[in-house]
Parts: sequence; structure tokens; C-alpha cells
Amino acid sequence: MATVTYDKASRIYPGQDNPAVDSLDLTIEDGEFLVLVGPSGCGKSTSLRMLAGLEEVDQGSIRIGERDVTHMPPKDRDIAMVFQNYALYPHMSVSDNMGFALKIAGTPKDEIRRRVADAAKLLDLEEYLDRKPKALSGGQRQRVAMGRAIVREPQVFLMDEPLSNLDAKLRVSTRTQIASLQRRLGITTVYVTHDQIEAMTMGDRVAVLKDGLLQQVDTPLGLFDKPQNVFVAGFIGSPAMNIATFDLVDGNATLGESSVPVPPAVSAAVKEEGSDTVTLGFRPEALEPVSSESEGGIPIVVDVIEELGADAFVYGQPAGPTSELQSDRMRSETVIARVEPRNVPAKGAKVNFRVRPGNEHFFSVKTGARIEA
Amino acid sequence: MELRILAAPREQQALLDLPWDMSLEQWPEWYLVALPRGISRHVVRFTRLNGQVYALKEIVQSYADREYQMLRDLSRLDVPSVQAVGVVSGREAPDGTALDAILVTRHLQFSLPYRALFARMMRRETVDRLIDALVVLIARLHLSGFFWGDCSLSNTLFRRDAGAFAAYLVDAETGELHDALSNGQRAHDLDTARTNIAGEMMDLLAAGQLDESVDPVATSNQVVKRYEALWSELTEWEAFDVTERWRIARRVERLNELGFDVDELDIVTDIGGRTIRVQPKVVDPGHHSRRLLRLTGIDAQENQARRLLNDLDTYAAVTDQQGEDEEIVANAWVMDCFEPVIRNIPRELRGKLEAPEIYHEVLEHRWYDSERLGHDVGLAEAARDYAETVLRHKPDELAILGGTAADPAETQPFRISWTDLQ
Repeated sequence: MATVTYDKASRIYPGQDNPAVDSLDLTIEDGEFLVLVGPSGCGKSTSLRMLAGLEEVDQGSIRIGERDVTHMPPKDRDIAMVFQNYALYPHMSVSDNMGFALKIAGTPKDEIRRRVADAAKLLDLEEYLDRKPKALSGGQRQRVAMGRAIVREPQVFLMDEPLSNLDAKLRVSTRTQIASLQRRLGITTVYVTHDQIEAMTMGDRVAVLKDGLLQQVDTPLGLFDKPQNVFVAGFIGSPAMNIATFDLVDGNATLGESSVPVPPAVSAAVKEEGSDTVTLGFRPEALEPVSSESEGGIPIVVDVIEELGADAFVYGQPAGPTSELQSDRMRSETVIARVEPRNVPAKGAKVNFRVRPGNEHFFSVKTGARIEA
Repeated sequence: MELRILAAPREQQALLDLPWDMSLEQWPEWYLVALPRGISRHVVRFTRLNGQVYALKEIVQSYADREYQMLRDLSRLDVPSVQAVGVVSGREAPDGTALDAILVTRHLQFSLPYRALFARMMRRETVDRLIDALVVLIARLHLSGFFWGDCSLSNTLFRRDAGAFAAYLVDAETGELHDALSNGQRAHDLDTARTNIAGEMMDLLAAGQLDESVDPVATSNQVVKRYEALWSELTEWEAFDVTERWRIARRVERLNELGFDVDELDIVTDIGGRTIRVQPKVVDPGHHSRRLLRLTGIDAQENQARRLLNDLDTYAAVTDQQGEDEEIVANAWVMDCFEPVIRNIPRELRGKLEAPEIYHEVLEHRWYDSERLGHDVGLAEAARDYAETVLRHKPDELAILGGTAADPAETQPFRISWTDLQ
């Protein structure tokens, strides 16, 4: 078992100006489940393949434990790529199916036997080792296939979008299975997905990438609570965070009829960069309805209500005569607010919301970076 | 959702009549070709429309679209692969349940899955030839920038090629097309091939379908060795003294011999002008088969073409036409030799082998018979005798689609997807 270190690792495709992966600095702890996530073209798969040895590293280096693997052939890196589908061979016993790849690698017989026995124990397959795959249930067969990866006792597991060919329901149950198996095995794992929900539910930590650059790496909760820039704020969370550019007027962020108090530290930071606007973000669940008279509210005209039983979401437009101007300032077409499912407003109603204090996210209009309150 | 059939117009018509509102597993038998199915992690069935056999694979739409595009790209690059016909998407059961898309490919006539080849106890030499065919296929794919991701005998189909084999890619699901492959990508493909082939051979051995003299591990290691030799011949710089310029021609000849044409050579002389360095830039496989096609219009595999071209040369010498225009002689050879042999093969035996393979076997037959009898038996007699004593007893190979047993799950490797983990 081992740590994985990307040390300013870059991949620049020939003929391209921008690196596909740009000076990636990332350390993955021993036994950690790290998820690389981001929109397509962000460099997540390329990062994984650089570690796998499929993509060249043009600058910087990659280490597994203390070993520099930057220019090592894939098979010498001690990794297992679990995005492959494994074949099971019908005439071979379960133990031969699990161990045959070790035979090719020239592993001594005793050693093969030990590793197969260990893996079988871990996968609850001990009593089936002499049987043929045909005699196993579907789930047991799948565990045999996994046993093939486990007996290699790799230092790192790599998985590239392993759930992308499943339907939504199966994806949910399978991701739980993979995560729990990884925790049992305790093998350092790097997992690539474009799906932020998958990333948030599976990873010990999640690294968000965009345009080849690492945006932030943190625990799922850390990403959710303290996104370090506007991109991460908008990418993580479902439904997405409401984000818009507000004017900074007398210690308040205002836009049309909306007004949100701004902490002095934030005002000061905005002034310091010579700006009079600030990007404000708030999650749908950070909004609460207030009486229309109270100040510092965000009035919204309700378009659509999505009732999910345990939750309900209001999709609306900012109220006020200048709402068109406001929508130009918004990152999305609608404002989304979570409301009590037993007490939903009517379509077309105007509801005044406020952001629960402390749940505002401020970002620099110039750099997109988070401004701490 | 609307049912959408993306395919060429001619095939679209035929495809319209299939029961797309049923999951593939439930299709009534009369739609299907009653042959064992191949190996796939997905549901695969075969159907016959207008005399042509099609393979249907049920798969998530984005994957179907991707593999369709990939197979189209490969065929544009002239890589031997199965031909994609279309994607049927937006399928719905009568109760409104959405069904996965279906990728439609045309079955490759006269192609053989390796299991069908091994079903007749395979000798070592035959195994070597299969491996050679696969190695050439991998190298061709890599030259085109294709990373296979799941190279194995199961994902390959074989066509006979004058006693050897030509390999075709069947499954492009894990494939990726790049401008050029990194050494790591090539190494990974070979490592996958090595592991899969060893596994497939060990399984055949366990099933008693492989000669005991074949060592799965050694055979699979051979794949790597042969590939590396071929790859360096195809791509490496070669340096020699300026006085040894003939070595440029030798390199080209060696590549021709391997079945590759050299369209472009990179030649660099060092500053002192003493050393020349040469690297093939653009190599095109199918040297002999292109030449045969140009001269005669006969579409054959590489080795078959080589064999037929040799026969053509012999014909030119025997009939004293060596000085004649090549195309005129070729035309005469087709009229005097090739066509009479093929025409005289009884119609019911023509589904057994492809025409160029039959011609190759007739030539072999003529040689052995003539040697045995001590005089030349002649082409016509050899063809007649071959049809009755040899060809008639061969199995039909026009459309062999799977292994040999009725239940493929019992005899063939089945694919377990990590992603199906329950």
C-alpha cells in the first residue's frame, strides 16, 4: 500500500497550446479513496492515465510511495486498472480464474496459493475455490472477477468512469458496493467520474478539475461548505448553488429588489481590489421564507414547484421591475429555493426569502476566488 | 421517445421490420439465426435480413453511438474490423418502459471465432498462425492510433488466408482513437492481450481442446515478442554508412515481405554526410492484396493474394508472356485459371470457403497429387478431385457465429463486468 504523489505533473498534447493537465500537485494518502471530478475535457481522465502510464508526463513527476514512476512502463507500476471487464473462464476452477494472471507473471506456486486464499477470504469465496464459475451465483462470479485484481496485491486501484454504462438505479446501488469494498481492502484508490453526486458520495476526498487545472481538493463536506472559487461553488451540489453578481451598496449586496447584508471583512476585501460588485452564492437549502416586510430579503416569483416528498424546491425568477437586468447577472436561468414540503407556495406567488446568516458565499468578481467573511 | 434508426437507407428499410419494442432477450426465434451466440458482456443476437446476417448488441445508447462511430472510423482507416450498420435508439416497450439502444453490425462472411477453430483440436503451428494474425492486427491498429483496451482472441474474428489467418477486430467498445499512441498505451494493450490470450488458452487446455504441447504462458509471451519485432521493423530508425545505400531498398523489401507498402520514407544524413538514417513514415498494410485487386479485381487476404500472384507469375512464365503488359497477362490468367476453377466448384460447396481460399487449396492439392502420381495432374483435374475428396467434407464456414455447443455459457468464457457488481 502506498501514497500517490503528483508533483507539478503536466501533460501537453503535441500541437496544443494549453496543457490537458497543468502542473497538477496532489497527494493521495495511503488507503484513501480519492475521486477526480470535473466537466468533460477537464483533464480528470488524463490525470488518471498519467498515473497508469498510458499518457506521458511532459513535465513534473509522479510517485507511488517513494518510487518515481514517471517513465515506468504500466505493468511495472504495481497498479490495477479496474475499469477493465474481466473474463471468467468456464473450464477453470474459481481459484485458477483468480490466480492465472500471477502464473503468467511467474509468481511461485505457493505464493499464488496464499494470495488466492487471502483474496477468497476477503471476498467470502473460500468454500467455492474448487468449483467452476458456472456453479456460482451472479454476485459470486463478480467477486471472482474482482479477486483477479485483488490477488495482484496492487499498491493502487484505478477506476475510470466504471459506472457510466449502467442505468441510474443500478449506478446508485453499485457505487455503494464499490466504496464499501474499497474500505474493506484499504487499497489506495483513484476514481474518475464526471458526476459530482457520485464523487461526493464515494470519495474520502474529492479533487475538482477544470481546464486541466486543479480547482480544489477537499472532503465532500469541505467542498460543499467552503468552495474555494465560483466554479467549484457552481459545480458541487444538487440542485446547484444560486450565483449572481451583486452591487455592493452601503454594506449590502443588492440586485433589483434583493438585498443581502455583507460582512465588513468582505466589503473591505472587495474595496481593496477596487471593485464595487461582488459575486454572491447561496444554496437552495440556505434560503428560508420570511415575511415580506422584513428587510434584507430576496423576493422571488414562483415558476415551478418540484415536490419530491421529503423535499420541495421552488424554481422562480427574481421579482421586481428590473428582473431582466437581474437575469443577465445570474449564472443560471432560475433561482432555486428549498421549501418545506408540507407548506409549498402557489405557482405565480411572490415569496420573500432570506439567506440563513453565515450561509452566504462571497467571491471576487475579478478572480472568482472565495472571499472569507 | 421516438424510435430512431440511424443507418444507410438500404438497410434502414430492412431493419424497420424487426420487433424493436421487445428486449433482445425476448425476441421470438423466427427473427433469429439459430446459431450459438458469441461472447459478450451484453445480450447479442443474430438475425438474417435479405440474405445477409446481422449481429445485434443491446447496450446503453451513449455506448452504442460511440462504438458505431468508432467502427465507422476504423473502416475509414481501412482497419480490418466488423462493419457497423446502424444504431436503433429511443426504444420503448408497449408499457412505456425504456429499452436500451441496439448496435447493428454486419456479420463478416467466412469469419471464424477462435472457439470454432479450436473445436477441432488445434496443432501448435495453427496456434502460431492465429497469434501471428492477431499480432499483425494489433500493429495495424496501433499504427492507426487505435488503443484497443481489451485485446483478446474473443474480441477477434479470423478469416482463412492461404493456410494462415487474417484477424478482424470485433469489439471496439473499450477502444479509443488518438493521433498517435504513447508507448504506455501500446504496452498496456499488449499486456492485456498477453493476459487474455493466456487465460483463453488455459481454458481451452482445461477443456481438452488444445494440444498438450501448447504452453499458454509461452504462447502469450510470444505475442509480445512478435509484436515488438514487427513494430520496430515498421517504425524504427535504422542507421548505416553512406556506402551501404542498398540497405534502404532492403528495408522496403522486408516491409513488402511482411505485407506492408511504404508510402513515405524519412531519410536523414548527418552533417559529415557519412551516416544515413532511415525511418518508414507512412506504411500501408495490404501490399499484395492491393496489387492483386488492381490487376484482377479479386478481393483477397494478404497471403491469399501473395499465393495467387505467385501463380500468376508462374502462368506468365509457362505461357511465355513475361515481357507482356502486366494487366493483360493478369486478365488472361483470370480467364484461363482462376475463373474456370471457381466456376467448376459445385454450387452447394461454395459456402464452405471463400473463392481465393479455394483456389489456394486447389493449388496445394495439385502439388501434392502431382508429386504422388509423378506427373502434373493439371489444374482442371486437381480442382475436380479437390472438390469431391476434400471440400465436400469440410464444414460450411460462410456463417459460423459462435462456438459449437448449444449453451455458450457452458463452453465459452463469459464476461463479468466490474460494473455489474451487485
